[in-house]
Amino acid sequence: MMQRRAGIVLTEKKSHLVENRLGPVMRRFGFKDTASLLAELRHGHEALVQAVIEAMTTNDSAFFRDRKTFDEFRDIVLPSLLVARASTKRLSIWCAACAAGQEAYSLAMLLDDRKLLAEGWTIDLYATDINGQMIARGEEGLYSQFEVQRGLPIRRLLTCFTQEGNSWRITPHLRRMVTFRKFNLLDSFGWLPDLDVVFCRNVLMYFDQKTRLSVIDRIADILAPDGALLVGPAESVAGVGVGFTPVENAPGLFYKARPVQLLRRAG
Amino acid sequence: MKTCLVVDDSRVIRKITCRILKELAFHTVEADNGEEALVLCRRNMPDVILLDWNLPHMSGVEFVRSVRAEKNGSVPVVLFCTTENDVSHISEALGAGADEYIMKPFDKSIIEAKFSEVGLM
Ligand SMILES: C[S@@+](CC[C@H](N)C(=O)[O-])C[C@H]1O[C@@H](n2cnc3c(N)ncnc32)[C@H](O)[C@@H]1O
Repeated sequence: MMQRRAGIVLTEKKSHLVENRLGPVMRRFGFKDTASLLAELRHGHEALVQAVIEAMTTNDSAFFRDRKTFDEFRDIVLPSLLVARASTKRLSIWCAACAAGQEAYSLAMLLDDRKLLAEGWTIDLYATDINGQMIARGEEGLYSQFEVQRGLPIRRLLTCFTQEGNSWRITPHLRRMVTFRKFNLLDSFGWLPDLDVVFCRNVLMYFDQKTRLSVIDRIADILAPDGALLVGPAESVAGVGVGFTPVENAPGLFYKARPVQLLRRAG
Repeated sequence: MKTCLVVDDSRVIRKITCRILKELAFHTVEADNGEEALVLCRRNMPDVILLDWNLPHMSGVEFVRSVRAEKNGSVPVVLFCTTENDVSHISEALGAGADEYIMKPFDKSIIEAKFSEVGLM
């Protein structure tokens, strides 16, 4: 059920995790045990399905998590795109599993450093996640002291956030740069425009091989021919989907070098 | 091995901090006030200073200014580690010469993140 709806694989090994995480959902919906909850789940009770998805997904993230990936975006991906798109002055970027928005706002900060909006660029920065609570948090743009201390240099914290009690709120102009939307990666990407960059980090690992392949193939379909895909530094899409080529000394960075379809036919 | 001077008037905080620092392979030195810390710096300038805001005799900010005025005073990376968490305190600390700012409560992951921020890890 979870696999069909969210692509998430729950093995026997993860069953204690299931028990732990479903506890609060069981109490909220008045189930006595996980078995009766899981039985009801099969009937597709939508609120329950959502609650279970939200309880079962791991939403851990941080600003500039795996800093090197953001350096790669800033130093490799962005400079060449700024040249390639100089005539249209338009960039489309998608954070495909954005958790509470940290990844998207980190990108917004890097883009803002380059003063692209002031130079007349249009930047579409989409941030999506299957978890509605996470999307709501991203839209709110309010982070705990703990969250802002893992990954943000203090000077960046002062310039990009305002303090509200013990929390920190992203500044309005960075907030405006990001469009949040609840979206399941198993659904059609039809609503997205052609993209220049996709961040799809630390989520593919929760999917089974078939789902992973399908997501990677569909990312290749909506990426521009010179577009880049960034995954976690320990993740790879080389050999999983045939559409992507790794970049030397840039872990997690892949370019859509050759059309997927052609290669597949050839292979 | 890099040396980190921990300046805090709470023995418990110093103990917790030093334990984390040792796990991160730092040699640690402790002081419970700014004057003593300054003496230690003159004797042997550390690579890193972790520093509370409220200290007896000399405040953390006064201490940073004094350290920065020393001969090798630009050498150490100075991080405040304090419950004074508002923007005006943070700005004052940076203005006095601090490099980073850790807001208490903290844990190992925050120390690690901040240390990598300033190139210590
Ligand atoms: C570990 S977080 C990674 C967040 C961020 N990309 C990062 O690397 O820091 C994984 C995220 O993937 C989301 N997720 C899991 N399954 C998904 C699916 N089928 N569609 C969209 N998002 C999904 C989860 O809700 C969670 O927020």
